[in-house]
Amino acid sequence: MMRCSLRKNPPVRRKLFLPLAVFAVVALAAACTSSGPIEGAAPRTQAAFDKQLVLKGARLAAVGNCITCHTAHDGRAYAGGYPVHTPFGTVYGTNITPEPDTGIGRWSEAEFVRAMREGLGRDGSHLYPAFPYEYFTRLDDADLHALYAFVMTREPVRNVPPPTRILVPRSAVALWKARYFKPERFHPDPSRSAALNRGAYLVESLAHCSACHTPRNKLGAEKKDEYFAGGEAGNWHAPALDASSPSPVPWTAPVLTEYLRSGLVDDHAITAGPMKPVVMNLSQAAEDDVRAIAQYVVSIDARSAREREGKARAALAAPPAREPGSAADRPVRNGAALYAGACGDCHDRGRAAEGGALPLPLAIGLAIPTPRNLIHIVRGGIVPGPHDTLPWMPAFSDALTDDELADLLVYLRSLTDKPPWPDVAAEVKRASKGEG
Amino acid sequence: MIELRVNGRVHRVDDDPQTPLLYVLRDDLGLNAAKFGCGLGQCGACTVMVDGKAVYSCITPVAAIGNREVRTVEGLGTVDKPGPMQRAFIEAQAAQCGYCIPGMMMRAQALLESNPQAGAAEIRAALQPNLCRCGTHMRILKAVERAAELMKGTKP
Repeated sequence: MMRCSLRKNPPVRRKLFLPLAVFAVVALAAACTSSGPIEGAAPRTQAAFDKQLVLKGARLAAVGNCITCHTAHDGRAYAGGYPVHTPFGTVYGTNITPEPDTGIGRWSEAEFVRAMREGLGRDGSHLYPAFPYEYFTRLDDADLHALYAFVMTREPVRNVPPPTRILVPRSAVALWKARYFKPERFHPDPSRSAALNRGAYLVESLAHCSACHTPRNKLGAEKKDEYFAGGEAGNWHAPALDASSPSPVPWTAPVLTEYLRSGLVDDHAITAGPMKPVVMNLSQAAEDDVRAIAQYVVSIDARSAREREGKARAALAAPPAREPGSAADRPVRNGAALYAGACGDCHDRGRAAEGGALPLPLAIGLAIPTPRNLIHIVRGGIVPGPHDTLPWMPAFSDALTDDELADLLVYLRSLTDKPPWPDVAAEVKRASKGEG
Repeated sequence: MIELRVNGRVHRVDDDPQTPLLYVLRDDLGLNAAKFGCGLGQCGACTVMVDGKAVYSCITPVAAIGNREVRTVEGLGTVDKPGPMQRAFIEAQAAQCGYCIPGMMMRAQALLESNPQAGAAEIRAALQPNLCRCGTHMRILKAVERAAELMKGTKP
């Protein structure tokens, strides 16, 4: 069989590369047509994919957040190497560019579909569920077809990601799958609107929202009876999206749509942590799809619209900062002084003002069950990437000591109607050691 | 009264604990190297070192310093005896209006003290939070590379 590979091209100057590459692709496409498919399962050459199909695949891949886990920090797009830390070890995102030796260039569409729906590698071995096939299994044929066209038309990159370090052998994944994984398609609910069904389909398949927003058991499987009750994403807490949502101002579908497309809306915190790449990707997705996702997510919170609206109005009417607790409460008083000197300049001036940031009583980071997200945000700030247009918050990791940060967190929590976080100082220490 | 250790000396200041460190340095101690730029921790003109780390003094309340050691450009050398960072910036003629330079120097000093081997890419990444509106970035980068050479020959 004839092997189609671009990698023997000698290095050429950048200016020459594109025309040469185009020529090479055309020449190879012509050459490859002469080789027959293997057992009806040979991958197709790049030129064989319809442009509209590739575009559809691109917009879907944005919903799937694929690029995030399949691209290393500072690495080439989709060439793998991103570490996904799990309680069982670290899985590195694989190279899903169509490079034949180190990527998925030899994968047929049938093999790609099998991986997405059944969690099996090309050789039939079990894939670790860090690759979210438990959700992708619900994807329909047409969307998988488009996604395949998209990945197979990416720039091939020769790259071998670091080996995955998981304590559980691959063979044991079969047991996990037998217990927790159900290959199935999505079935629309005829009682719901088309948009709501579209949203449910995307949320429960490609977007795999519940992978982070639903808690998991000790074996890493979703607790199905706590669907969207808040979970983990890396070292961050992924807030609940069901009726237990702690968001001080409950979300509405239009506001959530805007947030998912821009990362920044009135009366809600700016996107941060692992949600940031999700939003950056969704800004590239089809707007109707994002609207459908938002509509479905908001519908998960079963409280009535009126109840939520009342809660929103109450939250917005509350003064932006309350008086600190009793005079004897040293951490609260100290935290209040730190807040006034370090945070208040931006967070008390109103978001509409230049340099203005969200009044913190409206920030979900204060209301979730753990101070972890706030620890990450205060320490690391919210620093935009090179192409982001979002405003940024400076990092305070070197300005505040652990004790000071703990006092600040205790004070901030006192601005909410929630009970104090149990052991803030210990959480801060854990986070400094990279454990939290 | 708050005790504050700055450039090897202990000062006692009578300020509200939430006063930004920058105001205390400039208004109480007369250390005018650190500059007020945006007041929001966005431009880096106010950067000083606290226990070896670069921090924005405009958004760091003086109460947060405790007994940590603060360093400003005044602590890097004098007009007659400039330190290696200052010599490098003079050699490279890195300043145009000069307003951002003290912040640049302190962030660069913090970098080179923690990583004396820092190369061009690391210097560029470390200085990312500090803005220069005149556009002397290339000279600033050169100056910091030069400072790294000078510091290898001398004790900072």
